[in-house]
Amino acid sequence: MKRRDFLKATLGGTAATLCTTAEARPNLEPAPEAVGMLFDSTLCVGCKACVSICKELNDMPPVTDNEQQIWDSARDLSGETLNVIKVYKDGDAKTKDAEINGYCFEKRSCMHCVDPGCVSVCPCTAMRQHKVTGIVTHHADVCIGCRNCMVGCPYNVPQFEYNELFGQIQKCQMCNQAGLERVDKGQMTGCAEVCPTGATLFGPRKALLQEAKHRMQLKPGEIYNYPRGDVSKPYSHHEKEVPAYRDHIWGEKEAGGTSVMHISSVPFDKLGMPAVGDRSAASVAETVQHSIYSFMALPAVALAGLTYVVRRNTDDDNDGGES
Amino acid sequence: MSSHKAIGGRLFTAPFMVLLVIFLIGCFFMFQRFTSGIGSVSNLNGGFAWGIWVVYDVVIGTAFACGGYALAFMVYVFNKGQYHPLVRPAVLASLLGYAMGGFGAFFDMGRFWQFYEIFLPGNWNFNSVMLEVGLCVAAYIIVLTLEFAPALLERLGMHGLLKALNKVLFLFIALGVLLPTMHQSSLGSLLIAMGHKVHPLWQTLHMQPLLALLTALTMGFSIVIFEASTSAVGFGRHSESGLLSKMGKVIVGLLLTFLLIRLVVLMLQGKLGLIFAADFASLMFLLEMVLFVIPLVILLSSERRSRGGQLLIAAVSMLLAGSLYRFNAFLFTFNPGLGYSYFPSVSEIMITLSIIALELMAYLILVKTLPVLHREEHA
Repeated sequence: MKRRDFLKATLGGTAATLCTTAEARPNLEPAPEAVGMLFDSTLCVGCKACVSICKELNDMPPVTDNEQQIWDSARDLSGETLNVIKVYKDGDAKTKDAEINGYCFEKRSCMHCVDPGCVSVCPCTAMRQHKVTGIVTHHADVCIGCRNCMVGCPYNVPQFEYNELFGQIQKCQMCNQAGLERVDKGQMTGCAEVCPTGATLFGPRKALLQEAKHRMQLKPGEIYNYPRGDVSKPYSHHEKEVPAYRDHIWGEKEAGGTSVMHISSVPFDKLGMPAVGDRSAASVAETVQHSIYSFMALPAVALAGLTYVVRRNTDDDNDGGES
Repeated sequence: MSSHKAIGGRLFTAPFMVLLVIFLIGCFFMFQRFTSGIGSVSNLNGGFAWGIWVVYDVVIGTAFACGGYALAFMVYVFNKGQYHPLVRPAVLASLLGYAMGGFGAFFDMGRFWQFYEIFLPGNWNFNSVMLEVGLCVAAYIIVLTLEFAPALLERLGMHGLLKALNKVLFLFIALGVLLPTMHQSSLGSLLIAMGHKVHPLWQTLHMQPLLALLTALTMGFSIVIFEASTSAVGFGRHSESGLLSKMGKVIVGLLLTFLLIRLVVLMLQGKLGLIFAADFASLMFLLEMVLFVIPLVILLSSERRSRGGQLLIAAVSMLLAGSLYRFNAFLFTFNPGLGYSYFPSVSEIMITLSIIALELMAYLILVKTLPVLHREEHA
């Protein structure tokens, strides 16, 4: 009877802990000095200078499509493409930045989440978020290639080099990976530097968010002096009519926010952004995992109880040898 | 001395030869995978980073291998000694199933040459569910090997070592109950971090580990029934349906718990409407439910439960239900976003089939040469 009680207590404790969400881990907060980028879809003209410089800086080959060998024609992120410009088209696609019968461009690259799923799920700590800059980097030297980062990323950013025997995960590291270290050297990301219209703007996340919010306040049709390069020290400006922005800064809040934020005049679901919600999936997963495995206390208690019970129950028929 | 015996007989039977051919075909593609890379044999892509190697070989395969776990619970925790005859074959099947899972994981591992990085404590990320799965499955394979070792030691006549092992075996049996509880629930937890990519009908967030554990147990009991029934037919052995039907009662309890939690969670999350959305996901959900309810209907009646054939149908339906639950969540209704689709390539399927063939061949050889199955007169 005693051991039955013991067992019940053990199992009961397990079940209770499984259901506990009391100490839920909230979304992570942005690092105060985090750097990021702001992509303004209405400024992008689709020249793909950013795609080209990205390949050059990260030493990646152009991706060719069909017979077309002249320029890079990557359609999506891959082990050979860390940044890509995609096009949205609707109807006759005559008007730029119009949702109906219009077109616009959208950048795909790592969003550098404030609460990154890839960092949370990686068993070997091969995905790391820098404490100061918030930049998410990959370290292939400890990666086993389980590709949980790929399924754990809301945006399908980390990409494995499937076509190589000794391949690795590739992702945008904001040009700050070992060997390049542009941000550490006080430079900006390659894509922001070459962008002719300031559609991709580099800078501190706070300043970028402020800039984005400011653009939301502008009246459509008025003239605004758009900065190019680094928002905190733009190398030039250009004047342009303000479009009808959607009042939505992607990455301000989404799943804890991102350091690379997007603004647009076409709704983000039309641009293929996922329905991530406010709470980061990583925070939910970690809450569950840490409720069960906090200091391994629960498994230890369960093992002690199980050992006791099993010991008793194997003693009964001990002479014939345990099978 | 032992209450088990090798059933003997010819090893190279016709079914064995068929399995061997399947295995050899798969070997060709395995060679290709380890010379030209994953991309050369599989249809895995940027959106579907996990295909059948992970979802079938590991996530479903290890649930199929939960027979040893389920029986260990019955025999050693709830002290139902009468199930003892079923333990050794179940432990063997579990060992082979988990070995297959480990094998599959290795094939799938993008950077297989440095797989050991996950075993280096300096690398461990304690937030990662995958870390728990990786370490725990590896540990369980060792535990299963030790749990099965008595059969080999008996065969080799190493009685001293056997006695020594038996003295500490209780510890490994306890681990053999704890470890699957941990990693089978974690296999469900893997889905949490996938967030919106998992279809709402399968994204139960906090309940993922419990639902995964319940299906692992029901699949574990079902595979015991399935294996006992098929070896009764295949090897012309005495049927153990008396014992098996009692096991059916346990499955009923587990199944009812699973269905109740599942539906209540969907209700609380306000997703019940999606069940009748008449799209692919709702169809798969309903199919899954039918497969879960069939064993329930059979096993609730004591008359049907005692009939071997009905019991087998219940077990097969339960195995299909559990497999479909995992397939649906991880693959069939998994949606990484626009532009991505996945269907396994022939070579990908062949590699999985050949690992299954290897597992079955090993099972056939081992039950014929080692004392695994229980002696008839005791059954």
